[in-house]
Amino acid sequence: MDKDKKVLVSVKHLKQYFSQGKKSEVKAIDDVSFEIYEGETFGLVGESGSGKSTTGRSIIRLYNPTDGEILFDGRDISKIKNHSREMKAFRKEIQMIFQDPYASLNPRMKVKDIIAEGLHIHHLVKNEAECDARVNELLELVGLNKDHATRYPHEFSGGQRQRIGIARALAVKPKFIIADEPISALDVSIQAQVVNLMKEIQEQQNLTYLFIAHDLSMVKYISDRIAVMHNGKIMELAPADDIYNRPLHPYTQSLLSAVPLPDPKIERQRRRIDYDHAIEADNTDRQLREVADEHYVYATEAELASYQTANAAMMTPPA
Amino acid sequence: MADIKIPAGSFKPLTQDTHEAQEKISAPSLTFTQDALRRLKQNKVAVVSLIVLLIVMLAALLAPVIAPQSPNTQNVAYANLPPKIGSGNIPGFTGKMNVGGVEVDKYQQAGVPKGKTFILGTDYLGRDLLSRILYGTRLSLLIGILATLVDLLIGIPYGIVSGWRGGRLDMFMQRVTEIISSIPNLIVVVLMMLVLRPGLLSIVIAIGFTGWITMARLIRAQTFQLKEQEFVLAARTLGESSTKIAWKHLIPNLSSTIIIQTMFTIPSAIFFEAFLSFIGIGIPAPNASLGTLLSDGQKAFRFLPYQMWYPAAVLCVIMIAVNLLADGLRDAFDPKS
Amino acid sequence: MANILEVKHLSIDFKTYAGNVHAIRDVSFNLKKGETLAIVGESGSGKSVTVRSIMGLLAGNAHIKGGTIKYHDEDLLQKPEQEMNALRGSDIAMIFQDPMTSLDPTMPIGKQVAEPLLIHKTMNKEEAMKRAQSVLELVGIPNAKARMKDYPHQFSGGQRQRIVIAIAIVDYPQILIADEPTTALDVTVQAQIIDLMKELQRKIETSIIFITHDLGVVAGIADRVAVMYAGKIIEYGLVDEIFYEPKHPYTWGLLNSMPTLDTAGRLEAIPGTPPDLLDPPKGDAFAPRNPYALQIDVEQEPPFFQVSKTHFAATWLLHPDAPSVEPPAAVRAMMAKYQAAQVQAKVGTIDG
Repeated sequence: MDKDKKVLVSVKHLKQYFSQGKKSEVKAIDDVSFEIYEGETFGLVGESGSGKSTTGRSIIRLYNPTDGEILFDGRDISKIKNHSREMKAFRKEIQMIFQDPYASLNPRMKVKDIIAEGLHIHHLVKNEAECDARVNELLELVGLNKDHATRYPHEFSGGQRQRIGIARALAVKPKFIIADEPISALDVSIQAQVVNLMKEIQEQQNLTYLFIAHDLSMVKYISDRIAVMHNGKIMELAPADDIYNRPLHPYTQSLLSAVPLPDPKIERQRRRIDYDHAIEADNTDRQLREVADEHYVYATEAELASYQTANAAMMTPPA
Repeated sequence: MADIKIPAGSFKPLTQDTHEAQEKISAPSLTFTQDALRRLKQNKVAVVSLIVLLIVMLAALLAPVIAPQSPNTQNVAYANLPPKIGSGNIPGFTGKMNVGGVEVDKYQQAGVPKGKTFILGTDYLGRDLLSRILYGTRLSLLIGILATLVDLLIGIPYGIVSGWRGGRLDMFMQRVTEIISSIPNLIVVVLMMLVLRPGLLSIVIAIGFTGWITMARLIRAQTFQLKEQEFVLAARTLGESSTKIAWKHLIPNLSSTIIIQTMFTIPSAIFFEAFLSFIGIGIPAPNASLGTLLSDGQKAFRFLPYQMWYPAAVLCVIMIAVNLLADGLRDAFDPKS
Repeated sequence: MANILEVKHLSIDFKTYAGNVHAIRDVSFNLKKGETLAIVGESGSGKSVTVRSIMGLLAGNAHIKGGTIKYHDEDLLQKPEQEMNALRGSDIAMIFQDPMTSLDPTMPIGKQVAEPLLIHKTMNKEEAMKRAQSVLELVGIPNAKARMKDYPHQFSGGQRQRIVIAIAIVDYPQILIADEPTTALDVTVQAQIIDLMKELQRKIETSIIFITHDLGVVAGIADRVAVMYAGKIIEYGLVDEIFYEPKHPYTWGLLNSMPTLDTAGRLEAIPGTPPDLLDPPKGDAFAPRNPYALQIDVEQEPPFFQVSKTHFAATWLLHPDAPSVEPPAAVRAMMAKYQAAQVQAKVGTIDG
């Protein structure tokens, strides 16, 4: 990745606590920082409860962040007020694709009205005819046709619904799309369709994606850079290939060792690496530190050195 | 594979474009309402209940047209006449009564002119019972509908605001409903009587005062669930205002809850009015409601049972029909059934 | 190995307002003693309906049009409900997808695990509780004895799925049916559960039918694989045969649409969506989505062609008159890798 690439989203020391100050306080995101370059796909992986979805929702301001900054196109959007004019403008810039194709479309609305919702809110069309034309254009873009516009969501298959969700997000011509596990509820053969569609649209419209998932092989495929989250913190952040070829943090290694691969031979030889949570518990100052170029690991000063040697060892091809 | 005949050219690659066909949906397009109606139709009991209710409502609505007499016209001479139809050949509607072991033709006794009959008999003031039941049903249904309106106008907005805003406001609003619901209804009515004259208005206010709380609670709980649904989140990320979200996303998805809860409110309001009238603080005389008719009827129940049976039967039919219809609607609105 | 379960020509319809949905269309397979058979398919392919019919747990609007399910020389489809009840949970047990809804939140887990034993009167209460404890230990619940009195919410998601498995295996069933048991779990937990199931199979010698749509999971657990599409089995064989020598274009498509860790460039998706089973297409149901479709595919349904003693596929491409086609690149790469390994292994043995 070029250093001089333009940063579109910059998250600085983001914290999102729920039930703050109470006994049930949850630190869903605990001091997370990263940058997303324009035009790239940034993958965020982690298991349930790691805070990956919360991160996405905080950036799009479905939550009000507890602390930290979110710079979008240079503007801090972490503190703009809900329902303000600024917020409305911001809503046009960032859109989201949701996980559950069955819950993300209002069952009582026709496909046309679902897709057109954003057009009406932001007054992007002048009249009904223009609206219809735009909806049909969007339907076509996601591989559906205008006959589908008058139908209700429950008549569609999961993959088709997800494409309707993508069309809704694209309606307002956003710059940045957060995809929150967009394929995990879909069948294998349909997953590839949706991912391919997302890639095509990205190239066509120069979109930037934050791709949140727990499926590591798909994330690797679609992402340029990947951050691995665990317990509200980023454990490792690196270009996609580095994460897979040279995973440094034990958590990343454990996660990778558990990914099932469609190859019986490899599966028979697979050894799981269990992650020992105790390594985090020693209360020393850990933060993301750069081990190699663009490759960051959550580590103490002392651990950094050992990671660097490990990385170097993996760099040299085995004799 | 020798037994399968394979035409020549079968193994040419297929070239036709199948994209359109793949995306085709072959099931007929059903809207949500159509789908619910379809399921409702399968439930025979609910359909019968609906028809019965429609008949009752129509009769009540047309009371001024179809009632044989004015419901409040007294004629003490014709008091306590038993039911009689035509010339009195139908059992139960003979116009005769058993007094001390002797069959007596009451109509003859009272000197009713030939040809004048009271289908359901008369009450202790000689008022035609059928007319009073028709008018009484009308009043009872009116109370049911007014109570429902209060439910809808207070309960729904209250529940949506409480559920949608959440947090401290929700906490406060919940405490308010708890306080209101902890005051017994009867006390509210009695206090109301002190301020207002007994009658339709005070009954509706009394019912309305506490009636909306169940609705508000149900709506709040549903709103809590709905606001976490991804389609609502999607509307928020699109920048939709809260009012619009309520109208476009919440209320349509709450409609099943609302309809069903309404169906339960109507009978309970009718019943509450009947109860108030029965204990004597309901609709003032001479107006009839199902409750006052029951109350009047029970006074002479041992001797003139018909005066209570008929209004009781109408009340029961309405109650049962509304409840069964509500059950049917609940199933019809549940797409999983 | 002897067959413990034989399903023959099973056909099931579901009656809906729009007409009959032909959910299962002439499905036949068998399960051998001690093996794991994976049934792979997309949602709506009929894999769940198939196993539910084995358990006798079909929805009310299901109509079994024909076929037999033979278990110990008895047809399960003909058995009265009472006898099926006796079989369920003792001879044939099932693990469901969602560990949270499969457990009763108001009952301590020890009691829940022992319950099938008490229902089927296999043993008295004391013995049952003892067995429950040993099974909980077997599935890897630490400190099982003390935790028998705990309630489901006191366990993590992975542990709850272990408890669900414990309930299923407590009576040492002959057949264990697992309906997407790991789909709702995180990858690390999924890996643990799969390892656990493999270990349990060795220990209690049960046969497993494992339903999933995840080919990675299949590769890890299955001995044999049946691929289902649109209510039919379209290819079955040993796990290596399915992964390294797949013959059906749908299996190719599935393998191809899964990114492996070294996939680069474009993913080859299977275009379109599965057919509507209200009105299944004539001929091969996969033909509309099949880039290798032949004219005959839209006219006649393909029969099973034998590939090896254990491997069958229903595609006209295997007919001697059919043109030879190249499988997609990713599948070819897998096949090549495998053949190279075979050659290497041979060389190895000669050397040795």
